[in-house]
Amino acid sequence: MKQEQFELLYRDRWQRFEGLLSQLERGSAKAVAGELADFPGLYRQVCQFLALAQERCYSAHLIDELNDLVLRGHHQLYVRQTGFWSGWGRFVARDFPRLVRQEQAFIWTAFGLMYLPALLFFIVLQLAPHLIYSFMDPAQVMSFESMYDPGSEHIGRDRESDSDFMMFGYYIYNNISVAFRCFAGGLVLMLGSIISLVVNGLLLGGVAGHLTNLGYPQTLFSFVIGHGAFELTAIGIAGGAGLKLGYSLMVPGQLTRLASLKAAAATGIRLMYGVILMLLMAAFIEAFWSSNGSLAPAVKYGVGALLWSLVLFYLGFSGRSPSSGQRPDA
Amino acid sequence: MYPGMLENRAAIETPEGVELLLTPAGPGARILAYLIDGLIRLTIFSVLSLVLAFFGLVGKGLYFLFFFLLEWFYPVFFEVFRRGATPGKKAMRLRVLYDNGTPVTFSGSMVRNLLRTVDFLPFFYSLGLVCMLGNRAFKRVGDLAAGTWVVYDFEKPAPPAFQVEGSEVLPYPLDLDEQRALIGFAERSGTLSTERQAELANLLTPLTQLKDEAAVSYLKRVANGLTGRHQASLAGKR
Repeated sequence: MKQEQFELLYRDRWQRFEGLLSQLERGSAKAVAGELADFPGLYRQVCQFLALAQERCYSAHLIDELNDLVLRGHHQLYVRQTGFWSGWGRFVARDFPRLVRQEQAFIWTAFGLMYLPALLFFIVLQLAPHLIYSFMDPAQVMSFESMYDPGSEHIGRDRESDSDFMMFGYYIYNNISVAFRCFAGGLVLMLGSIISLVVNGLLLGGVAGHLTNLGYPQTLFSFVIGHGAFELTAIGIAGGAGLKLGYSLMVPGQLTRLASLKAAAATGIRLMYGVILMLLMAAFIEAFWSSNGSLAPAVKYGVGALLWSLVLFYLGFSGRSPSSGQRPDA
Repeated sequence: MYPGMLENRAAIETPEGVELLLTPAGPGARILAYLIDGLIRLTIFSVLSLVLAFFGLVGKGLYFLFFFLLEWFYPVFFEVFRRGATPGKKAMRLRVLYDNGTPVTFSGSMVRNLLRTVDFLPFFYSLGLVCMLGNRAFKRVGDLAAGTWVVYDFEKPAPPAFQVEGSEVLPYPLDLDEQRALIGFAERSGTLSTERQAELANLLTPLTQLKDEAAVSYLKRVANGLTGRHQASLAGKR
């Protein structure tokens, strides 16, 4: 068949298809609701026209035009319906804790990398208090001392004037950014995650050890215990996700390195969604509850213990199927 | 996946068995897009800080929130909800797609944008640039992990940009590459010297039986015929 004949015969079909396409691209799917059922059929026809045109060596301009239509049609037809909002409930209730249990080897390692240096530094500081200055400069130490001075009305802040809401914004910005970098840095031979976890651990142990020496442990621990349940756990999970990224590149197993990295990133990013939610929670608690200096420490310890058991119970048991523990597909 | 040595257009096969041709975008266009986005972000940020300065401490809290969102979620928002293109990418006619040519979703966009941190290492996207130059689809590390790539947005093919009197129809069909070569010759002839045009046209003397001036004008007329412009006039006559 000559190209002219071909165009005469079929042009109206792909013009109709183009009309539908431009309506859909403008987001007015309702306008073409009646014709929507024809779309897949028309798309397949246009695909066939393109294949024919290529095979029969029709002219480049026709092939380009059909190629353009197929591309645009492909994008309308093969949009993944992610269910962006509807999926969240199931993710929180079931998928995230399952994922944490599935990747627990990495996450326990991350906790180790954070808590062991913290514990060690804490003990060292009890024996040799001046070593805090080899890790932090004196100005930083001073600022921590004033932040956790039992006399202050708002604990954990440099300046008394800072409002709860301002700190809420700051915690979100700072903590989630730290978690993101902790995750991404893991790609580089796991180094970014390891450094981030160890430094955070040393900071935690250092501040705790120093303030214990000064006799302020009460203010610090009653401050940290509430939001720490979410914050420390979330940072550990982010670190674990980062370790998984680096590990997938170093030990790809049966996969190619690229495939292994892609799979690890897909799992890791889902862990990060949970981390974001946990850190939002932590920022809220830290800004509006932990910092309140007028509450008795006993109340804070009580609520803190409750929050810790909540987090551990949630991650340990939520989403298990009732019969026989975890389902294999989790 | 890649037909020629110089050609970097990649063919993606759809489930219908048709190949889609996509052109991955190189570092130049992407750096420009990034700079445009940087300017836009800076503008949004300056305006916001000015406005929020009037709202005291609540304003400061919002300032941190917006700063966080702009830093991490600006690209994600546009890539997911605005056809895979941030304003900068749109200006450069780029868009982000999955490897199989489908539009990028939230997860893919999150992975590629969180891993920017790695691409940035050790300073100003050096690792990302090295990685981009190391593969044919110009993927940075984030793209490799997310299974995404940045391609030139497809647009309706432009009509051929050359004017030639008359057209010839060949007695035999040419395949797509051959057609493109002839049309390309006609389009670029404006930038070639007459001698060079003749030299190129003479390569085809065994087929056309023509030399120099005659060969050049014959090839241009054939190219004109291939663009389909003569068919519009034919269809008009009918």
